[in-house]
Amino acid sequence: MSEVKIDKLCKSYGPVEVLKDIDLTVDDGSFVVLVGPSGCGKSTLLRSIAGLEPVSSGSMTIGGKTVNDLPPAMREIAMVFQSYALYPHMDVYSNMAFGLKFAKTPRAEIDARVGEAARILQLEALLKRRPRELSGGQRQRVAIGRAIVRKPQVFLFDEPLSNLDAALRINTRVEIAKLHKMLNATIVYVTHDQVEAMTLADKIVVMNKGRIEQTGKPLELYYKPANLFVAGFIGSPAMNFLSATVKKHGVLTLADGQELKLKLPPIAKPGDIITLGCRPEHTALDGRRALKFKGTVDIIERLGETGFAHMRLASGQTIIAEVRGDPGVEIGHTANISVDEQHVHLFDEGGKRLSQ
Amino acid sequence: MRKPASAIAVHGILILYTALALFPIVLVVMNSFKARKAIFGSPLAFPTPSTFSLIGYDKVFGDSSIVSYYINSITVTGGTIFFTLLFGAMAAWALTEYKFRWNTLLTLFLAIGIMVPIRLGSVAIIQLIVQMNLINTLTALILVYTAQNLPLSIFILSEFIAQIPKDLREAARCDGLSEYNIFFFIVLPLIRPAMATVAVFTMIPVWNDLWFPLLLAPTGGKQTITLGIQQFLGQYITDWNAVLSALSTAIIPVLILYVIFSRQLIRGLTSGAVK
Repeated sequence: MSEVKIDKLCKSYGPVEVLKDIDLTVDDGSFVVLVGPSGCGKSTLLRSIAGLEPVSSGSMTIGGKTVNDLPPAMREIAMVFQSYALYPHMDVYSNMAFGLKFAKTPRAEIDARVGEAARILQLEALLKRRPRELSGGQRQRVAIGRAIVRKPQVFLFDEPLSNLDAALRINTRVEIAKLHKMLNATIVYVTHDQVEAMTLADKIVVMNKGRIEQTGKPLELYYKPANLFVAGFIGSPAMNFLSATVKKHGVLTLADGQELKLKLPPIAKPGDIITLGCRPEHTALDGRRALKFKGTVDIIERLGETGFAHMRLASGQTIIAEVRGDPGVEIGHTANISVDEQHVHLFDEGGKRLSQ
Repeated sequence: MRKPASAIAVHGILILYTALALFPIVLVVMNSFKARKAIFGSPLAFPTPSTFSLIGYDKVFGDSSIVSYYINSITVTGGTIFFTLLFGAMAAWALTEYKFRWNTLLTLFLAIGIMVPIRLGSVAIIQLIVQMNLINTLTALILVYTAQNLPLSIFILSEFIAQIPKDLREAARCDGLSEYNIFFFIVLPLIRPAMATVAVFTMIPVWNDLWFPLLLAPTGGKQTITLGIQQFLGQYITDWNAVLSALSTAIIPVLILYVIFSRQLIRGLTSGAVK
């Protein structure tokens, strides 16, 4: 069992709290992605799990063993760094074998493990090369290989794809997903890219300002974001937010005075200010969906099959709608915007999701 | 493409400077192969069959103590390079990598060591060496030279160590290396060019020094070569053949060391300038 359990973990640099009361369980064999904007504490959390950062309070167990005071090497983890951190003065083979040599692993065993990792990652032809003679993608694979040979309980990835170009990033993302299935490994993965998080994760942990905002399966976060932050962070392009006032039960007034009829949760009282959220992909210009209102077309981005229409309401708030083919609207003209009622998200004044 | 005129000018200046710098050395080597009369008769002439003589070299190598002076010099220089690099790199690693209470103060203290000439402390050093019963030993010289060279070497090596990415050290920690092993297997190989630079800067003044050998090991067969040559320089008569031959041969060991270090040295001096 290589489960990671984190309980009430806090970390502060002097008076600055970078991690506040983190509770997190990473199940054996699962792929957990920590995601959030830069400075949210996700890398610090990963480095705390690795043992590279001391924590201020709380407890951490890996495979049932408390690791709070253990050095990185004793935690049975392997980390893949953003910069790859390959030893520049050693060839690929030595880079992968280095840790094992110091663990006094028998030579035959080292050869077998490095050979196996090289086969999985297609590095066999490169074993005698130095890191500087490798491309970015190859270096990335060596860094992963160095982690694999150690047969760790948990793999830790710190933004491993951010130094790769766009095409390679998508390839490597698929490779990492395959690797996870093949090795049945427990993985904690840090990224600021929500697409990576959505595509790779069994469980996403959205972090902001040192706290966990929400934990859940990718589609849970997509369909039921717990608060405005998660709603705005997950999904691309980001969710549209419109501020509105509850006029009476079942009727909302938008900032520019347009009224929308929709079922509101009983907790919303007349006069309450709420935020209405709708994803561009659930917003259309065809007027066929339940909630209808009007806006002026600012610009249309055409991506081919689909496109995005950027619109402005009279109140100045903007909204993006996904359009297919020729939307039949012109820039500067008024368009009928419509939204699926079941895909509307409502948040209270504090940003928390109103149950529905 | 640069204009030919300016290329000629640049090369002209460089050639002139090279000639100027090499002139005394060429003069010494040239005259070491001449008979005494020819040295004084025409000091700027090349040795001819009639003036050629190896008498100087005969005297130098015929004198067994001179050979042992060479060995002394090599021992002192080698020992100084070794300890300066070892302790310098260790201290530089500690001062850059670890946060501890007196870190900044200690760094500053060592930086002051670069500015204060060690010779100001000669009297105190002699007293110390006498009390330690190390007078007329090579150990005394190695200790003093190591102390003299440590501040600058720590300063240079710190700069290089700070350039080693943090991720590398952390990757090594995850790989299970102890702090000592990180130092010996990751840090040292990566700062090799810097160490070559420090080695050359350390080696040349130590090899040429006359001051401390004169103070700390003037007798007892522990003289270095620079001091040993002085026996050919008399108050009334100087054996120029022997002096010039000894000087010529004294160039060879540093030259060999320099060639060993120079490939690394050039990388060290230019690293960071280009990627």
